[in-house]
Amino acid sequence: MSVAVSDKHHAAAHDRFGALRRFARSGQLRLLLVFLPPALLLFTVFVMLPMLNASFFSPYKWSGYGPAPWAFNVDTGREFGDWVGLRNFRQLAGHAAFATAAGNTAKIVLVSLLIQLPLALALALMIYQKSYANTVFRLIFFVPYILAEVATGLIWSFVFDGNFGLSRTVTDVLQLEEAFFPLGDKAWAFNAILAVIVWKYFGFHMMIYIAGLQGISRDLIDAAVVDGARTFDLIRYIKIPLLAPAIAISVFYSVLGAIQVFDLVMPMTAGGPSNSSHTLVSYLYNFGFIRLRVGFGSAVGVVLFVVGITFAFAYRATIQRRLAA
Amino acid sequence: MSRFGWGAVARVSFLVLVSALIVVPLAATVLGGFKSAGELRVEPFGLPDVWRTEFYGEILGDLQFWRYLWNSLFISLVTVFLTLLLGSMAAYTFAQIRFFGSTFLFTYLLLGLMFPFAAAIMPLFLTVRNLGILDTPWGVILPQAAFGMAFSVMFFRTFFEQIPADLFDAARVDGCGYIQFYFRITLPLSTPILATIAVFVFVQSWNNYLLPLIMLNDRAGYTWTLGAMDYRGEYIQDWNRTLAFVTVTLAPAVVFFLAAQKYIVAGLTGGAVKG
Repeated sequence: MSVAVSDKHHAAAHDRFGALRRFARSGQLRLLLVFLPPALLLFTVFVMLPMLNASFFSPYKWSGYGPAPWAFNVDTGREFGDWVGLRNFRQLAGHAAFATAAGNTAKIVLVSLLIQLPLALALALMIYQKSYANTVFRLIFFVPYILAEVATGLIWSFVFDGNFGLSRTVTDVLQLEEAFFPLGDKAWAFNAILAVIVWKYFGFHMMIYIAGLQGISRDLIDAAVVDGARTFDLIRYIKIPLLAPAIAISVFYSVLGAIQVFDLVMPMTAGGPSNSSHTLVSYLYNFGFIRLRVGFGSAVGVVLFVVGITFAFAYRATIQRRLAA
Repeated sequence: MSRFGWGAVARVSFLVLVSALIVVPLAATVLGGFKSAGELRVEPFGLPDVWRTEFYGEILGDLQFWRYLWNSLFISLVTVFLTLLLGSMAAYTFAQIRFFGSTFLFTYLLLGLMFPFAAAIMPLFLTVRNLGILDTPWGVILPQAAFGMAFSVMFFRTFFEQIPADLFDAARVDGCGYIQFYFRITLPLSTPILATIAVFVFVQSWNNYLLPLIMLNDRAGYTWTLGAMDYRGEYIQDWNRTLAFVTVTLAPAVVFFLAAQKYIVAGLTGGAVKG
C-alpha cells in the first residue's frame, strides 16, 4: 500500500493510518487511483511487456502458434515452441544479409550526424533571422518532414526510375547505352535511400536550430560585434556554444530515428536488390515477421533494443552530463 | 544584411538550390498525375501538353480511396484523443501530488522515450492478436497511444507544473477537488500544449506505415499508406496513376501543416529549450 506524505504534515512513523486517512480525505487517493492507472496499463501492455517478451522469445524457435513458446500444447504433448538457446543469435551473426542491414543502419547514423545535422545547422544559420524570404525558405525546407515516408519513398522511386525521371536525364546527359536504375543496382540502392533520408529529415533539425538561434539575445551578438567579432567568430564562439542544448536534442532524435528507418525502405527497394538495402527494421520485418519466425524476429529486436538503449545511456552519460555541468 | 557581396550571392544560390531539390520532385509528382504515361517518360519534370484529369478523377471517384482516408482519419483522431486524455491525466497526477513511488513510476514511463519501438514489433503483434483486436483499428490505435505516453506525459508534466499553485489553493477553498480542477482549470489553461502534442501525434499516426502493415490484413480496414503501396503494386508501370494517388494524399498533409504550423514550431522549441 502506498502511503502518501502530504507536504506540510509529515506523518509520524506510528501514524501511518492517519496519513492514509488524510490522503484519502483530501481526494489524493482518488486522483491516484483514477488518473494514473490507464496510462500505466496502456504503457505496460503495449510497450513494456512486448519489449520484455522479445527477450523471452528470442531463445525459441516458434511460429507464433499458441499463447507462448513455453506453454504446454495438450494436443501434441509438448511445448508450442522449441528451446534453441542462442541459436537465433548465432544465425544472425552468420547471416550476410544481417551484416549488410547492420552496416546500412550504421551508415544512416553516420550520414545523419555528419551530413544531415551540419547541413541543417548551416541552413538554420542562413535563415534564422526574421524576414519574408527566410520564412518562405523555412516553409519549403520543412515540407519534406511532414510528408509521409511512404509518399516520399514513392515520389523518389519515380525520380530514380531509369525510364522516367532524374536517372533518365542522367542517362541522356552521359549518353549511356542503357537506362540506369539506381534502386535496382546493388552499389547504388542504399546510397539513394541515404540521400532521401537527408532530404526528408534535415528540415526538422533545421527548425530545432532555428528555434534555438532565435532564443539567443540580440545584445550578446551586438556586444561581440562591437568587440570586433566577425561573422565566423560569432558562429564559432557564440551561436554554436549557445546552441548546444538544441544540438544535443537533435542528435538524440536523429540517432534514435536512424536506427529505426523502415517506412522509406519499403516503397523504394523493399530491401533489395539481393538484400543489399535492408536496415535492421526491414531485416526484422522480412526475415522475422513475414516468415513468422517469432524467436528469430525477437532476437533481431533484442539487438535493436540493445543498440538503442546503449546509445541512450551513452548519451545521458556524456552529452547530457556535459550540458548540465 | 543589406550589404551586397559575393557571400550574399553564394548564400542565396545555395538556398535556391536546396529549395529546387525539394520543389522539383514535388512539382513533378503533382504534374505527373496529369500526364499520359508516354509523356511522363519523355518529359518527367515539365508542364503537361494536355492536362489529363482522368487519373485524378478515377481515384477521387473510387469509394475504396475514401475508405482508406476515413480509416486513417479515424485511427489518427482516436489515437490523438487517447494520448491527450490518458497522458495529461497521468502527468496531472505527477504534477499535483507526491506519493510513495511517484518518482519510480514517472521514470518507468520515461523509459519509453529511449526505446526503439520497432524492436518489439513481433511480440506486440502477438499481444494484439491475443487480445483479439488484430485487423481492427484498435490494433493500431492502442499501441500508438501507448508509445505516445512517455513523450506526452513528459511535456504535460512540465507544462502543468508551471500553473501557479495558488490557483489550486484558491479553488480548493471553494470546495473544488483535484479531478474537478483538472477538467475545469488545468485542461482549459493547457490548450497550447494540448494542440502541440495533438499535432505531432496526429501527423505520426497519419503517416504511420509499419504498424498498420503488421496489424491490418483486410483491405476494408487499410489506412491510406497501405492503400498507396497497394495501388503502386497494382499499377507498377503506370507512374502517372501512382503520382496522382500520392498527390491527393499529400494535399491534406500540407494543408494541415500550414494550419498547425504554429504548434509544430512550439513543440520543437519546447524540446530544444528543455535540453
